[in-house]
Amino acid sequence: MAKRRMIQAINDAMFEEMERDPRIVLFGEDVEISMFGDTKGLRERFGPDRVRDTPICEALLTGMAVGMAAAGWRPVLHMMFANFMYTGFDAIANQMAKLRLMTGGQMKLPITIMAGFGGGRSTAAQHSDCPYPLFMNLGGVHVAVPSNAGDAKGLFKSAVRSDDPVIFLEPGGRGGEMGEVPDGDHLVPFGRASVRRSGSDVTIVAISAMVKLAEQAAKQLAQDGIEAEILDPRTLVPLDEDGILASLSRTGRLVVVDEARDRCSAASQIAAVAADRGFAMLKGPVRRVTVPDVCMPYAPVLERSVYPNAERIADVVRELLNCRDYR
Amino acid sequence: MRNDYHNPDPEKLVAMFERMLVIRETEEYLGAQFRAGELPAGVHLYIGQEASGVGICAHLGDEDWITSTHRGHGHFLAKGGDPYAMIAEIHAKSDGICGGFGGTMHVADVSRGILGANGIVGGGLGIATGAAFAAKLEGNGKVAVCFFGDGAANQGTFMEAMNVASLWKLPLLLVCEHNGWSEFTRSEVATSGRIIDRASPFNIPGFEADGNDVADVWRVSGRALESVRSGEGPALLVTYTYRTRGHVEAEVNFLSQPYRSEEEVASWVAKDPIERGAALLAQGGIAEEEISAIRARVKASIAEMAKRARSAADPDPARVRSMMFSAAEA
Ligand SMILES: Cc1ncc(C[n+]2csc(CCOP(=O)(O)OP(=O)(O)O)c2C)c(N)n1
Ligand SMILES: [Mg+2]
Repeated sequence: MAKRRMIQAINDAMFEEMERDPRIVLFGEDVEISMFGDTKGLRERFGPDRVRDTPICEALLTGMAVGMAAAGWRPVLHMMFANFMYTGFDAIANQMAKLRLMTGGQMKLPITIMAGFGGGRSTAAQHSDCPYPLFMNLGGVHVAVPSNAGDAKGLFKSAVRSDDPVIFLEPGGRGGEMGEVPDGDHLVPFGRASVRRSGSDVTIVAISAMVKLAEQAAKQLAQDGIEAEILDPRTLVPLDEDGILASLSRTGRLVVVDEARDRCSAASQIAAVAADRGFAMLKGPVRRVTVPDVCMPYAPVLERSVYPNAERIADVVRELLNCRDYR
Repeated sequence: MRNDYHNPDPEKLVAMFERMLVIRETEEYLGAQFRAGELPAGVHLYIGQEASGVGICAHLGDEDWITSTHRGHGHFLAKGGDPYAMIAEIHAKSDGICGGFGGTMHVADVSRGILGANGIVGGGLGIATGAAFAAKLEGNGKVAVCFFGDGAANQGTFMEAMNVASLWKLPLLLVCEHNGWSEFTRSEVATSGRIIDRASPFNIPGFEADGNDVADVWRVSGRALESVRSGEGPALLVTYTYRTRGHVEAEVNFLSQPYRSEEEVASWVAKDPIERGAALLAQGGIAEEEISAIRARVKASIAEMAKRARSAADPDPARVRSMMFSAAEA
């Protein structure tokens, strides 16, 4: 085990993977100097062919990733802030997510698109979105959303080794946080949730940056004798439905914490899975703690008013426990 | 040695003539099938533009990449795609080149460097630029050719592609097939300036060819590709041509009024690339009987393939869910 910041863990993963596979090529805006630090030092080590700054032209860059992958390379495209993926959305949605099926399986597209996402830092409305619900709805791309340094490294390595497109989203506000990273060639498989805390009263499924808030809430709740189980899905496509339902079978109650806007969020999907496949296990309604359907305001006092926090999570859990058992 | 792209030799001309005929026969068949209600969706025919794709692809091998458009049957066949597999695809059969998953607007054969027709106007620009970047990294002389229409030239990614490809000296040939129309909009009301003039600000050489003359397209694209293969970066080629059929087959059935005159269409039918190709062959000393024999052979072969394609099996719906990701197919 080593202690690393999440950004360093991703950077380590990039070094190890680019060393391992000479067909991995990284490109994007300012990847050489590295805005976030996750691609730092790669240009010096791997040279200008494999690590390259690009002009600001996201609509082309996502298409280029498709062309490079179709031609046998393994591109990693860094899009800086997740909001800029909207500018490059066309080729993600219309080409990347569809070409495998449209070509009857001829096209293999080992593409990783990475970006920082999420709010909580007064980056205001155009630098704080959580666009993963859009990607979840495309069908043809995997979506990884690590919550800590160890998982970030392991998920990133799995992403670049996957023969399918992966959207790898780093929680912007957590990049500097230290965490344990297992030694050696640490891989985290897709579609396997991790149980961050065990408990028998309620299941809290928390996505990425929300895991830490759920842990804080669980501590508060434990003082009242309420034991929460915290599940981190780690990837949203594929989603570990069985893992979520297994936890639900132990607790009978589900709260989903998601930093995306509420409407059609990842939380909505997880709630739908519980309602559909877990109905008989539910002692009460599935509750969501999300950002309301507003865009992220700038002033810290405004942002705090809509951003999920430990108190809100704990309050929702208490409300849920006060519900009569519906079964 | 510098190639002399002065004139294609007779053998080359015959091969290109035959390729154009394969496209024409296949598309005449597909158009008729659509009008007879035998296809699940409308087809965008390349009829009238065959010389453009054929003259250019005659310089390419399987290892070179192309991207195509919604009007992609011609590029697919020009690049050496199998007519049977394409016809079966458009008939939505499991024998189709994409197993019936793609259809008319998505015919692709990766093994022959055909990265697909595309339902998104301008969708090939990024993909071809990426394939050209891949070719550059490999350094083995491959090129990527991006076919797109005059309408697509107004997408921002056209400028983005020229900028990146020129900056990085990518082996990319951008081919704008200028047929004067995008759907039912005349080029003049959608496009400012001349598309060919968009190349020089990016330090990209521009080439223009008569897109209805296969020999001219072959000559000019030969020079353009020579420049691209030399490592000096991309080139833009504009081929001037015309689609003598509708934007999409049988459009008269849904259009409330005509958008172009019969005289306009007739003036281009008079410049039919296949008849001009036949004239070139005759000038080159190819006997009339030989030309007729080629026509008969192509006609029979496409008819036979079409018959086989119609009776091929439907695709299996059980495959749909496993098609999105590679792991799921194993
Ligand atoms: C992004 C996008 N916008 C609009 C359309 C609808 N559309 C299909 S073909 C076409 C015209 C394209 O014109 P051009 O590029 O000149 O090609 P041509 O049809 O003349 O071959 C349009 C607008 C589309 N398919 N994709
Ligand atoms: Mg046009």
